[in-house]
Amino acid sequence: MDFLLIMVVLVAVAVVVFAPLRSDRSERGEDPEVAALEAERDAKLREIRDFEIDFETGKLSLAEHRALDLTLRAEAAAILRRLDAAREGSRERRVRA
Amino acid sequence: MITLGRALLLLALALAVGGAAASIYGARTRRPEWVAVGRRSAYALVGVLTLAFALLEAAFLRSDFALQVVAGHSSTTTPLFYRATAAWSSQEGSLLLWVWLLSLWSSAVLRSSHARLRELAPYATAVLLGFAAFFGSMLVFLANPFQLLDPAPADGSGLQPLLRHPAMMVHPPLLYSGYTLLTVPFAFGVAALVTRRLDAAWIAATRRFALAAWLCLGAGILLGARWSWSELGWGGYWAWDPVENAALMPWLTCTAFIHSVMVQQRRGLLKTWNMSLVLGSGILAVLGTFLVRSGILDSIHAFGASTLGKPFLAFVAALAFGSVLLVASRRAELRSEGRDWSLVSRESVFLLNNLVLVGLCLVILWGTFFPLISEAATGDKASVGPPWFDRYTAPLAILAVALSGLGPLLAWRRSSAEGARRALLRPLAASVAVVAVVAAAVPAAAGSPRTLLLFGAAALAIAAVAQELWRGAAARRRVSGEGPARAVVSLVRRNRRRYGGYLVHAGVAVMLVGVAASSAFQHVRDVRLSPGQDARVGSYDVRYVSATGAVGKEKVSLGAVLDVRRDGRHVATLRPNRGYYPSRDPGLGPAGRWFDGEAASEVGLWVRPQGDVWTAVQPDIQSMQRMIDGIDRRFPLADAASERFILQAIADRYRMLPPAASFRLIVSPLVEWVWIGGALAVLGGLISLWPRPRSLRVRSAAWAAAGRLGRALERA
Repeated sequence: MDFLLIMVVLVAVAVVVFAPLRSDRSERGEDPEVAALEAERDAKLREIRDFEIDFETGKLSLAEHRALDLTLRAEAAAILRRLDAAREGSRERRVRA
Repeated sequence: MITLGRALLLLALALAVGGAAASIYGARTRRPEWVAVGRRSAYALVGVLTLAFALLEAAFLRSDFALQVVAGHSSTTTPLFYRATAAWSSQEGSLLLWVWLLSLWSSAVLRSSHARLRELAPYATAVLLGFAAFFGSMLVFLANPFQLLDPAPADGSGLQPLLRHPAMMVHPPLLYSGYTLLTVPFAFGVAALVTRRLDAAWIAATRRFALAAWLCLGAGILLGARWSWSELGWGGYWAWDPVENAALMPWLTCTAFIHSVMVQQRRGLLKTWNMSLVLGSGILAVLGTFLVRSGILDSIHAFGASTLGKPFLAFVAALAFGSVLLVASRRAELRSEGRDWSLVSRESVFLLNNLVLVGLCLVILWGTFFPLISEAATGDKASVGPPWFDRYTAPLAILAVALSGLGPLLAWRRSSAEGARRALLRPLAASVAVVAVVAAAVPAAAGSPRTLLLFGAAALAIAAVAQELWRGAAARRRVSGEGPARAVVSLVRRNRRRYGGYLVHAGVAVMLVGVAASSAFQHVRDVRLSPGQDARVGSYDVRYVSATGAVGKEKVSLGAVLDVRRDGRHVATLRPNRGYYPSRDPGLGPAGRWFDGEAASEVGLWVRPQGDVWTAVQPDIQSMQRMIDGIDRRFPLADAASERFILQAIADRYRMLPPAASFRLIVSPLVEWVWIGGALAVLGGLISLWPRPRSLRVRSAAWAAAGRLGRALERA
């Protein structure tokens, strides 16, 4: 009984683990550059939200808020521009491939 | 079943080794199909180890004493709940639990992030499977839970009496979850270093695992402390035991990482520091496991001397050496991106708090390993006790709590002097007021600057959180017109990370108030009383009313009924007792084997928010020794029914003619706030960890899409 069960488990494991070697489908993950910039974008959006809460809870004056708001939005816009370019590059590379 | 269990462990080891090799091969040769084989090995590992663990559980539930591990840690009289959880009271079972949990988190993180982190994922898979291979080889070669016992005994030794407590049964799985979850950021950190992809992506993918590890370790530590307070007969909840410290150290570095990683995500600063914290936490997690398993240091929680020490030490050394080498070789890539750094900012407070937390960890590390250090240096194994730890950790803990209050009051990037003054004024005033009130109301506190400072720091942290919540809710009400309660709920719901974190700060502050009050103002008395006698402890009079004696299936309980009075008025009746569990050595006699076996205290506890009354009894067995010896001589071959009759006679004799008994009586003010604060901190952690509502995620995505559309229009 034990032997039979061991064989069943072995076959099941082999089928699951080695399936990619028998398949023609090649897995394509996300472009690392795009993934990194998306993570950067999310972090910047979170920073902007936190910055707004800091202002609303009285930690920043109106003048400080204006100055930093411009800086943060410029940083966010720069990330978004780089992200667009990275996505474009990634698309082109895929088309070429 | 035994053969199947062994085969599953071998298969698990093969999957771990093969999967790690396939992942590295796939990454080096850029063959994604081999990378997928590596990843699928991790998925298959979960299935195989789940089967193996289920087999072991079934053996415990069926009381299959053919397995050595079951015979050594369970018995037919062990209650079903404890039989189900006895698996991880053994070295072998707990190692299997460790590697099973590791396989679960490994699969979870690989499933969720392999596409997003396609360059890092193969190396992270190899590291995670490397951990699994190490623990798998321990299971296969040194601590196999499917070891046969031939011939199988009719009954087992039973579960260690001290472990028969619900908290103790949940505590190990929580700690192991914490340790194993810490391997996830460790593995991705190593992968980021190897591939030189040290951007924000790997942190975003693993931050949640670090938070979950922090939560599990914290909850595990709290439950362990509760077990110590309500089960162990010494009357404390924290003894600076090496195994307790082993869980606390990675928790501290993980706390530091959770804070400083926010600085990296926002500003691109502290990259080397964060990487060191991630790697250090992973190494401390394995070091903690090593301390429990090796028996190298004396601890009530450790598994005793074992053969696992050397391989574990070699593994920890390899991890530490490899980590240092990797970080040193990637210095250039780990350089900070940002330059400007304002001293009056949240970042600065985070960095300062990081230094304090790491300092705390180093102090604890030194104290924990001091016995080994002193043995190596002088040949004598000297250890440092709780007073040493208290002397160095208390000032750092006070500073950490004060900084946790200051942090939320300052803005990110920079706070103006006026803004900082406005934010700090009320919390600081509250802190000073609390110190003044405590000093005036509690004479004992006036002479203890450390206690007053702790109260002040805790008040600062709690007031800061209250002010933040108040101001945030007021702003929300201005915008939405919601009522106060609804505004608070909306605020927290929309900013889970921030306000969940604040709740953690408040919880930790409350917890430290409990620690400060219960240690500084505690009253302890050790007395010997006969029935009818009184003892005074704090403002309570405790009378030993009568003795109790009962015979159960598993143990003989001898105890006392205590009448607790305050100002002459009855306030509580407590029933502490001591349970005697039989030895399996029949040579000790039918009565003697019960009193020469293991014993555990059942504490009599009166729990209240303002302070607990804690009692434990040590019955004087010596006075009944002649009776026990006489029974053993006269009835050496008594059968089970006769043995029960004999034990009942002994218990009745103790109940009716009780000798004087020794008692430990403790009045511990505010001690319950240790766990109330801990529960608040856990709740805060859960809020931070909980995924954002779908509507907000959709809104963020829409925000990003709108940005793209805007730029497209701009270009057009």
